Amino acid sequence: MEFRKDLFQNERDDNLNVVGKGVQRQDMPGHVTGRSPFFDDHAFEGLLHLKVVRSPHHHARIRRIDISAAERAPGVKRILRGADVPVNKNTLLSLINFGKDDEPSLAVDKVRYKGEPIVAIIAESEAQALAARALVRVEYEPLPAVFDVEEALKPGAPVVNDTYPGNCFEYHEKYDHQKLRFGDVERGFAMADHIVEDRYQMSPIEHAPTETNGSIAAPEQNDRFVVHSCAQGLFFSLGTAAKIVNLDSNRLHFIGGTVGGGFGGKVDSLTEPLAVLGAMMTGRPVRYVLDREEEMLHGGPRGAERIYIKDGIARDGRILARHIRSYFDAGAYTRLSSYAAIKCTAHLPGPYTIPNVTSDIYVAYTNRCPSTAMRGFGITAVDFALEVHMDKGAEACGLDPVEFRILNAYRDGDMKAHRRVAKNTALIECVQVAAEKARWPLSEEAQRQSSLTGGGGARAEIPATPIDENGRINRPETRGGRPTQTLPAGTMRVPMTKQPIMEGSTENRPSAPSVPQYEPYRPATAAPPPPPPPVPASRSAAPPPPAAPPVPPPAGPAPASQHGAHRFSSVFGTRRR
Amino acid sequence: MPLALRVAQSLSEAAGILAADPRVTLLSGGTLVMRDVNEGRLTDGTLLRVTDPAWRQMQVSGSRIELGAAVTMAAILANRELAFLHAAARAVGGPAIRNMATIGGNLFAGTPYGDFAVALLALDAQVMVLAGYGSARAVPLEEFLAGRARGESRLVAGIQFNRPVAPGDFRFLKVSRVKPKGLSVLSIAAHLPGSGSRIGQARVAYGAMAPLPFRARGVERALEGKALDAAGIAAARAAALEGVQPVTDAIASDWYRREVLPVHLGRLLAERG
Amino acid sequence: MAKVPVQFRLNGSDRAAFADPADNLLTVLRRGLNDFGPKYGCGQGTCGTCSVLIDGELRLACLTLAASCEGASIETVSGMADGPSLHPLQNAFMEHFAAQCGFCTPGMLTAAKALLDRNPNPGREDVIDAIAGNICRCTGYEPIIQAILAAARTLPAQRRS
Repeated sequence: MEFRKDLFQNERDDNLNVVGKGVQRQDMPGHVTGRSPFFDDHAFEGLLHLKVVRSPHHHARIRRIDISAAERAPGVKRILRGADVPVNKNTLLSLINFGKDDEPSLAVDKVRYKGEPIVAIIAESEAQALAARALVRVEYEPLPAVFDVEEALKPGAPVVNDTYPGNCFEYHEKYDHQKLRFGDVERGFAMADHIVEDRYQMSPIEHAPTETNGSIAAPEQNDRFVVHSCAQGLFFSLGTAAKIVNLDSNRLHFIGGTVGGGFGGKVDSLTEPLAVLGAMMTGRPVRYVLDREEEMLHGGPRGAERIYIKDGIARDGRILARHIRSYFDAGAYTRLSSYAAIKCTAHLPGPYTIPNVTSDIYVAYTNRCPSTAMRGFGITAVDFALEVHMDKGAEACGLDPVEFRILNAYRDGDMKAHRRVAKNTALIECVQVAAEKARWPLSEEAQRQSSLTGGGGARAEIPATPIDENGRINRPETRGGRPTQTLPAGTMRVPMTKQPIMEGSTENRPSAPSVPQYEPYRPATAAPPPPPPPVPASRSAAPPPPAAPPVPPPAGPAPASQHGAHRFSSVFGTRRR
Repeated sequence: MPLALRVAQSLSEAAGILAADPRVTLLSGGTLVMRDVNEGRLTDGTLLRVTDPAWRQMQVSGSRIELGAAVTMAAILANRELAFLHAAARAVGGPAIRNMATIGGNLFAGTPYGDFAVALLALDAQVMVLAGYGSARAVPLEEFLAGRARGESRLVAGIQFNRPVAPGDFRFLKVSRVKPKGLSVLSIAAHLPGSGSRIGQARVAYGAMAPLPFRARGVERALEGKALDAAGIAAARAAALEGVQPVTDAIASDWYRREVLPVHLGRLLAERG
Repeated sequence: MAKVPVQFRLNGSDRAAFADPADNLLTVLRRGLNDFGPKYGCGQGTCGTCSVLIDGELRLACLTLAASCEGASIETVSGMADGPSLHPLQNAFMEHFAAQCGFCTPGMLTAAKALLDRNPNPGREDVIDAIAGNICRCTGYEPIIQAILAAARTLPAQRRS
């Protein structure tokens, strides 16, 4: 490992106790002796085992469930169905009042993805639970399914998730997508010499932790239930389980923290609620562990994304406008996709200073396994798309792709599209070091650039911004509408017209909102032909250094200290100070 | 009723138990059957274990090789006389799986497993089958696999095949996306008598290019009387896709398998024998 | 359904348990004998975290019929240390940061022990082949390879003592 002591010297404290030093981890002796206590490494007298009947269909109505033969099978102690679950509808972020409950623990009337749980069998041994599971008879009426995010948003598409009949998550009871508006992209495109647009797609990715999701719940003598859990967010899981089984949270005693690989795939409380319910119903310890196939079918992946990017670029390589439209594939239920779209929006337009930016980010429901958190979810795919697009932009204006990034990189003091001032920026230095490592020649001007200088000034201004009501829930007439008003330059915030309403007020909505068609860009005049591809070794046209002189960052709002509550506040649509 | 267990001391006893009860599942190395048990696909009936040492015997010294069906991949890798089969045995799993997985069990593995059976198919192996009490009957592997596809249940006692005359006459290639161990995109086995000069009576077999391991008769015809030079290899490549019906699974699509098969076949044939 | 008795040596001690006839060895070790060293990761022979040594041979406990282990000698990661003194592989894994979440570690150590028991002087390719059946999803293969090679270097001194 190499520490670049020459960069950002005054931002680093060299007097650190742990960073930069080799320190033995405290859990290592347990790991190498096989004694680290993972959730399943606990012995219980009279332990029962829970196995689940899952949907073989992507989308079907459940006509009948017959558990009579399974109930008589050897070793079976209890069979759970949807009606046995006290609160059989939940959404994970309901713990912070975000989104409507949409996912049952055990499906009742419909199944909405292949692998959805329907019936839980609790038996003396795993083998007995599996044998009894094979005796459960479910009659299905298969329904049309939809697997493509854009197909799902078209009028007449099969309704995946009845809580959101438009097949999209609804933000603040107001919009069918997350909006970002900064400056006037149409004007930016009109001024541009090159228009570059393309479509990007990323498939779902399964975390595949070596330890599958699971938990053991057992009654304690003090009228509580102990739960050994694999959860990545132990108290998140405690709250979720308490809600679903309708117990006060102080009656649950969660033990965890030793997790056999998570990567985001152990935040959904996939097993804890049913394990606790099983322990409540039987009075005995209940173990519910997904097998590997269930982990694939029922444990959510990083969701697929489809991303459209359109850039307007000046002849000298400065990006004047960027429009992004993206679709998150939530699968059949929300889980954490609503948050993924917020993270994505907060990340746009990438680490670049672009004076005109808009984005519309949709969360679409399809008949796939619900998708959830995974390492940088909401960011990874759009970063891939943005950086491929940067290469295409550089090619369009005949610039070296590395210099093109340095030219457009954000710098300390610049205003970001979210109306916050950029600070601690480091893209220029990262790119310079990467070029050096890759022996990629940079012009002298590019080597002289710094994140600490050249930002702010004109680049710190908030431009006049047209805003619109496109995608307003229940307002089809707003489709493809013109801007409704223009916020004057310098406007930091749009006041909320009403407090967001979180729970169920728009159930049984009559019409499904749909999504405007994205018009491919047709330039009024033919764009000039792209110049020949650049040759890194001998470039003649290096980009000019930014014009603005270095200025100290503008006063702006006082930056509050960063902590978790602050970050999550974007979920509520309000910003805490 | 959950699964029961029976143990047979001899192969003929096992064959009798299998013939008498269709709900008996024969357990060899366990890598296929125990997975079905663990995942709840096999929940009733009887597992049958066989402890007969004859099931693990090997006769490898002469030109005719006889292997008991319970011979493991590791046992093949440990035997220098079977060096020509080491690439095929190494293609099966990691070291733990190779200590367990047997050549008889491999004949029952569904695509994309079963790479060792592909090698045996190219070697024109005979499967020694016990269908009830009595002595074993030799069945060509191709016929045996077709019977398996029809759901016939028979006990495999062992496998016999001729040793290739020259070491370079037998070649095996498995293509997977994960190295050093992964599921098959495809596998190819080629027995090429006369590979030093003119090929006669070639046998080429594919894995994962059809629901069962299957013989590339077009390639075999194209190679007849040819040398393994550019023209001979080009002729084989041109016939590579005759009769293939590749599956689309999590590893690769039908399209991808068709695209890459001729490339890998060409590389295998171009190896210096 | 009648349970069947199974007896074998586990990490040097005679042990007995009653098992369902079709139980795999992993279930008997973990739920019958409370040896939680070997882990369940897939139940299908893909991940290797349930690796054990049966009569010195590397096997997957989840695919081994427990009843077939009657009379065998079984070693798991739980018996790898000799009292308070760790096996050279365990020390090397600690020193080389060869574990992150720790869930694949029991299988990795067992597969590595199977290698060093028969080849005390392995090359890098030998090590890679030896752990080819063990999946690490925190993707720390390189430190694991380095740890096994380092452990092998300490072996001769260890064996002389």
